Amino acid sequence: MIFLNINNLNVSIEGKKILDDFNLTINQGEVHAIMGPNGSGKSTLANVLAGNEDYEVNSGKIIFKDQDLLGLNIEERAQIGIFLAFQYPVEIPGVNITPFLQASINSKLKNENKPELDTLSFAKLLKEKAKDLGIGPDMLKRSINTGFSGGEKKRYEILQMSVLNPEFTIFDETDSGLDVDALRIVTEGINKFKNDNNSFLIITHYQKLLDYINPDYVHVMRNGKILKSGDISLAVEIEKSGYQNF
Amino acid sequence: MNIETTQTLDKYAQDKYKYGFVTNIVSDRPKKGLDEEIIKFISQKKNEPDWMLTWRLDCYKKWLKMSDPQWANLKFPEINYQDIYYYSAPKGFENKPKDLSEVDPKLIETYNKLGIPLEEQKVLAGVAVDAVFDSVSVATTYKGELEKLGIVFCSISEAVQTHPELVKKYLGSVIPPGDHSFSALNSAVFTDGSFVYIPENVKCPMELSTYFRINAEETGQFERTLIIADKGSYVSYLEGCTAPQRDTNQLHAANVELIALDNAEIKYSTVQNWYPGDEEGKGGIYNFVTKRGLCKGINSKISWTQVETGSSITWKYPSCILKGDNSIGEFYSVAITNNYQQADTGTKMTHIGKNTRSKIISKGISLGNSQNTYRGNVSFLRKANKSRNYTQCDSLLVGNKCGAHTIPYIESKNNTAVVEHEASTSKINEEQLYYCRQRGLSHEEAVSLIVNGFCKQVLQELPMEFAVEAQKLVAISLEGSVG
Ligand SMILES: Nc1ncnc2c1ncn2[C@@H]1O[C@H](COP(=O)(O)OP(=O)(O)O)[C@@H](O)[C@H]1O
Ligand SMILES: [Mg+2]
Repeated sequence: MIFLNINNLNVSIEGKKILDDFNLTINQGEVHAIMGPNGSGKSTLANVLAGNEDYEVNSGKIIFKDQDLLGLNIEERAQIGIFLAFQYPVEIPGVNITPFLQASINSKLKNENKPELDTLSFAKLLKEKAKDLGIGPDMLKRSINTGFSGGEKKRYEILQMSVLNPEFTIFDETDSGLDVDALRIVTEGINKFKNDNNSFLIITHYQKLLDYINPDYVHVMRNGKILKSGDISLAVEIEKSGYQNF
Repeated sequence: MNIETTQTLDKYAQDKYKYGFVTNIVSDRPKKGLDEEIIKFISQKKNEPDWMLTWRLDCYKKWLKMSDPQWANLKFPEINYQDIYYYSAPKGFENKPKDLSEVDPKLIETYNKLGIPLEEQKVLAGVAVDAVFDSVSVATTYKGELEKLGIVFCSISEAVQTHPELVKKYLGSVIPPGDHSFSALNSAVFTDGSFVYIPENVKCPMELSTYFRINAEETGQFERTLIIADKGSYVSYLEGCTAPQRDTNQLHAANVELIALDNAEIKYSTVQNWYPGDEEGKGGIYNFVTKRGLCKGINSKISWTQVETGSSITWKYPSCILKGDNSIGEFYSVAITNNYQQADTGTKMTHIGKNTRSKIISKGISLGNSQNTYRGNVSFLRKANKSRNYTQCDSLLVGNKCGAHTIPYIESKNNTAVVEHEASTSKINEEQLYYCRQRGLSHEEAVSLIVNGFCKQVLQELPMEFAVEAQKLVAISLEGSVG
């Protein structure tokens, strides 16, 4: 099975080219990190994988689990196991996480022709996962992301990921705006969730995150292209001398 | 707004109203149009005493001299009052049936279909229901149990017979018939509605509810409700309404009066789901409603909660007159307009007594080509020392062809009064939709979730038994599809 293969992808927004003949292959169970300066197209890549309709795919192909990903809309992609942990999770006032995530997980189960979860069993699952991440019941009572601190929002994303159990998770600068403690909590959550069946694409600006999560591959991205791929030593190099060598 | 959003919303706008069926029943109707004869006919049908007929005729004379109020932000052709039937009852309804065995099974079936079972074994737990069909009350459930507590819950026609002293004392005491043309008209021709009296220090143990159904064609429904909460009592009352789908407009002009004496509390909730007309704006109910509560006694409290999703035109301002010192008035409103619906709704809070407080939370949601106006009037009279009002008006626009308008009016003759006002208008947020869909929710589910979240502050004020129903109704009025 081809898990994820991005082939010669060209993407533009408002006529401006952002991803330029972009290529990347990720196998099941792998952790990839993409690093690159601001404006290099990292978030664009994340959003195109998630199916955001604001971006125009001019040419190229994305295969995910042997399926043509570009033929699916946002929710269909989510339902087959793509999860995007947002850089800036949006506030949804008045909407509680329990019915929200229950609808979420059931959309996925329905897609897999599996029985849906009733409210009681879902609430139990949510509580368990929240406890694992040190999220108290008070936080579960609040409206989604509403009035949350940066760290709380990111923890909420991790909680949703661990409940929905996606096979492929994209973290878009999950580390930005987090202090050391919050970063530790978030990365612990990711490490707990990681196993041989799920894969990750970690987009980050700094090497710090990679002190906590050990990637199999590190890619350097600039001007909509991957310029160099390697292992963790690449991240160490960037930390030392920045992006000017790329 | 991206293409997909527009497509989904167009789909919402085309979906159908699920209460639009007609009950085929022979009804008893006088000729069309309004004159003294018709009023005498109604009064006679209801076996009314002379004082009631005299009152009606006086109100009719007032109405003749009045013209319809023009200040609302609504566009509709002038109403032809001579082209309406003013009374319609299933045949053989001269006297209200004593029990359900005397009621035509077709009527019971109608209420079953609407989710309001009337049979003893199936009645909604903890909710007493008065079912009004066109101009008459069909049945009232849990009557006996309420009587044991001294609570009177019956149709207004019955109350005229059984409790004339209370009706005489309070009818028209909160909404003077001469207030405006719709109140004069209703006072002249009202046919049925509910009457509630809660005795001193009694907390009504169940929700009281009236379900209004317009069935007959070209018939106006002029309902009249009167609720009196005596000293130290409490009652929670809920009103629901639907009508068949027709392509002509029908008039519904209700008057509702509430009176709370010392330390009494009345909670009045409405889930209004009259037929809204079709996607081109054809048909639908003209809903011209006057609702007013009088906090007559000290420490009394009246709160209005409304979820307005139906009607082609809604003209409605549930109000509170805060006369007793320390009395409290509240207004919580969700108004959703879709297609060509127009709503001009809000409230009026009149602070008369000392240390009176009012709170207004209004949520307007506009879709399609609809127009949605919040109109508020908060006034403090000279003696209303240390009184306060808090107003919050939020509008949510879905699409580019609809409109939201906020017209808050504040007037103060007392310089110790404090007013706080917050208002916002927003568009449905693409980022929120993206977030929800990224978590696997469909576009429709996402819109419904976000709108329900937007309305939450109001929906949570509804009695528990109806909160879930109301959430579903909100979802349905967005998508319109059979739930
Ligand atoms: N919605 C948008 N509208 C216009 N330009 C955009 C939009 N999103 C991204 N861009 C542009 O695309 C380029 C890449 O941005 P982005 O993918 O956010 O990069 P990164 O995440 O690496 O900082 C930038 O030049 C940015 O200005
Ligand atoms: Mg970015």
